[in-house]
Amino acid sequence: MGKKSRVIEKDEVVIRFSGDSGDGMQLTGTLFSDTAALYGNDLSTFPDYPAEIRAPQGSVGGVSGFQVHLGHSEIFTPGDLADVLVAMNPAAVKANAKSVRQGGTLIYDEDNFTDKNIKKAGYEADPLKEEKLEGVNIIAAPVTSMVKEALKDFGLDPKSVLRTKNMFALGMVYWLFDRKLDYTEKYFEKKFSKKPQIAEANKIALRAGYYYAETIEAFTPVYRVNPARIAPGTYRNICGNAATAWGLMAAAEKAGLKLFVGSYPITPATGILEELALRKDLGVKSFQAEDEIAGICTALGASFAGYLAVTSTSGPGLALKTEAIGLGVMAELPIVIVNVQRGGPSTGLPTKTEQADLLQALYGRNGECPVVVLAASTPSDCFDYAFEAARIAVEHMTPVILLTDSYLANGTEPWRIPEMKDLPDIMPPRPAQDETPFMPYKRDEKRLSRYWAIPGTPGLEHRIGGLEKTVKGTVSYIPDNHELMVRLRAEKVSRVEEKVPDLKVTGHESGELLVVGWGGSYGYIMAAVRELQSEGFNLGFVNFNYLNPLPKNVREIFSKYKKIVVCELNLGQMANYLRMKYQEFTYLQINKVQGLPFTSQEIKDQCIKILEGK
Amino acid sequence: MDELRSTEYTPKDFKSDQEVRWCPGCGDHAVLNAVQRALSELGIPRENFAFVSGIGCSSRFPYYMNTYGFHSIHGRASAIASGVKTANPRLSVWQITGDGDALAIGGNHFIHAIRRNIDINIILFNNEIYGLTKGQYSPTSERGLVTKTSPFGTVEEPFSVGELVIGAKGKFFARTIDANVTLSTQIYIEAAKHKGTSVIEVLQNCVIFNDGIHDVIADKEVREERTIILKQGEPMIFGRNSDKGLVLDGLKLKVIALGNGITEKDLLVHDSLEPNPGIQYMLANMRYPEYPMALGIIRAVSGQTYDTAVEEQISEMQKKSPVSCMDDLLKSGSTWKIE
Repeated sequence: MGKKSRVIEKDEVVIRFSGDSGDGMQLTGTLFSDTAALYGNDLSTFPDYPAEIRAPQGSVGGVSGFQVHLGHSEIFTPGDLADVLVAMNPAAVKANAKSVRQGGTLIYDEDNFTDKNIKKAGYEADPLKEEKLEGVNIIAAPVTSMVKEALKDFGLDPKSVLRTKNMFALGMVYWLFDRKLDYTEKYFEKKFSKKPQIAEANKIALRAGYYYAETIEAFTPVYRVNPARIAPGTYRNICGNAATAWGLMAAAEKAGLKLFVGSYPITPATGILEELALRKDLGVKSFQAEDEIAGICTALGASFAGYLAVTSTSGPGLALKTEAIGLGVMAELPIVIVNVQRGGPSTGLPTKTEQADLLQALYGRNGECPVVVLAASTPSDCFDYAFEAARIAVEHMTPVILLTDSYLANGTEPWRIPEMKDLPDIMPPRPAQDETPFMPYKRDEKRLSRYWAIPGTPGLEHRIGGLEKTVKGTVSYIPDNHELMVRLRAEKVSRVEEKVPDLKVTGHESGELLVVGWGGSYGYIMAAVRELQSEGFNLGFVNFNYLNPLPKNVREIFSKYKKIVVCELNLGQMANYLRMKYQEFTYLQINKVQGLPFTSQEIKDQCIKILEGK
Repeated sequence: MDELRSTEYTPKDFKSDQEVRWCPGCGDHAVLNAVQRALSELGIPRENFAFVSGIGCSSRFPYYMNTYGFHSIHGRASAIASGVKTANPRLSVWQITGDGDALAIGGNHFIHAIRRNIDINIILFNNEIYGLTKGQYSPTSERGLVTKTSPFGTVEEPFSVGELVIGAKGKFFARTIDANVTLSTQIYIEAAKHKGTSVIEVLQNCVIFNDGIHDVIADKEVREERTIILKQGEPMIFGRNSDKGLVLDGLKLKVIALGNGITEKDLLVHDSLEPNPGIQYMLANMRYPEYPMALGIIRAVSGQTYDTAVEEQISEMQKKSPVSCMDDLLKSGSTWKIE
């Protein structure tokens, strides 16, 4: 299409689309990401939207954002600072001005910068001056009047015309990054197949934006981000919640079991229930329960009846499920509890991210009540850890808590689609049919898991429950029996360790500093560590996905570094856990509790301070 | 599981090897006997029964049944039983619960199981007291009852189980007395056959902490005068000499003496199958001394059950959808190839 006057090749760029909740920023960002993915960039995205469904129009609280980080090389995070910020109104500038990089570009809809909107956003007069955006290339585009002009003879009502503003802005960004419009145009045709007029209007707005950008020649330089060197295969974009749901379904198929999910809607975990509710075609039974407790209790019932059973929730919901998790431990039934962590305590920050439920997951129950705890670290590896959580639950007959977080749940990245034949089989421990009477707490010698006899099977009738029992399933208050059973349940969970993969170090295998992360802060730490290494610093990085039991080689790795620093989005829960488990080491901490992920820069700065002995 | 097996049982076949540990004289023993009798007559293979309970004296019940059983946590049996039945609708699922377990801590699960009309059978042992914790008032204790936590009498209004069940869109409600094993057995058989949530309230005596609480209507000397056993399609008649009945007086029920020109034909005829719960609601709420207490099946209305609706939706979607396995799903939608 157009010729670019000055093209700069960049290894990676960060673009942030931002506007009112009703401005369609999530769709705009998604369409841009899909186009970039098809072009062959690696990328990572993060939507950032308010808890209020429709906060007052034009208010800072109502700003909805979508950030995408795309690159020619491997991308680990949605990025820190934006190279390009698209702001549909003054409130969007207010919410995001601090996150624009020096030398970056701000595109804004000048038609929306009325006195009224400026005041609503909390500015006196000129947002751009008040934000001191001197080092930023500013493009004022009359987006609203341009779409009105472009669609004036089109016969659309004024409201529908204004709804295409986001596509005008997207068109401008496509020109800026030298992208083709065909994927997006096809999307309109499909999405609005029954409303061809709307499809056409969106196309016109998109092209108008594209040509407007070309005409004004305001974009100098324009950016080119070449395709990344990505492993061959078939890819799709996936967010953490969908990947979690799919991992669970894949595990059910591999185990030859049917899947049951009992859940109660809760932000940011609801997407898992929604995704599973869609999959009637795969035989998934989804049960929207009356509360969190019923969510896990229906799942325990389904597990008793022989299903791969799952409940999904977020922090406050995990608290409510506590007693039933204990029942799962006592009855030794397989169940996966997915906790999509959010800012706490209490209702806290429902749409924001945090990693502060670690100790709740590990210890938040009455009695000696060990469960397996895993944590996913990227949107797409939610699939792998959901699969693994289900495998462990079924093969070891135990509840497994899988921790993800709001950032993983909503973030997306390209994912190389696995083939089912490449995933491991899952073998439920079935009892021998002729061993009657069936002893519910008789154990497999190697794993110490009990056997799973399913109602409906003749001859294996038995009773389980929350009271302490003997191996035969008889209720028992005998002191020695209780201690024996407590120790057996603990030993059963610790034997899961056999298949826990060793921790792998990124960077130096020994040296000055080991950076430790767990779960979802992986990407930011990885990006920081890579940069520090390229700057010549001597450090290594490990990220924990298995939290109970821990990998076998932790002590060996920790002993090879002079200093250890634990980075996490809480006040030091993992650091304290490691202090308890491996007391001979000293742990430094990098912590953040703002409802936001780390930025790589924050981790870099703190690591440099530690490395330079400050 | 669906294959035909010999299903000729005696009640003994449903007794487990566990020693029954309820107090001597507790009404629970009679309930256990009646349930074992009912199960032996249903013609359902023993392995297809699952008993789920919460916490309380009655919740020990599954241990005494030679069937699949799950003794769970306080108040949650309705939810667990819902999960069992939804997962496998071919099982005959029974929930054993009490007035505290079902109506206090488990009230939310209880009403929602009923609302969904999941095909489970709920036997609610109502002794109007907390027995296992040694005598505190329950959600069905009469106002003013003196207990350890209400030393000066309760100041709470009790639930009426039938009223709650009907209010929660319940389609099957029956009431029996623990000691009346014959009536109880008949009711359990009908409850098992009913498709949908069946709630059976058993007026059960706690011999230790609330002894004789139901005597005012359940005692042998008075029960024919103070209770009415409702039978489908039959006039509502009661009394030792079958000399009293129920009629509708305006918008209320009224007890009327037969004779003096009043015959059975003038009485209301019981219709548990009537979807409109108006009369059934009044029957469920009858209390002595104004009325006889109603026993028998008060409401038994057919309707779609949750567990079969779920399976129907699944088989419908499986016919329509191009996705039939995970590989199909993984490759569906927007994907791209990197060479």
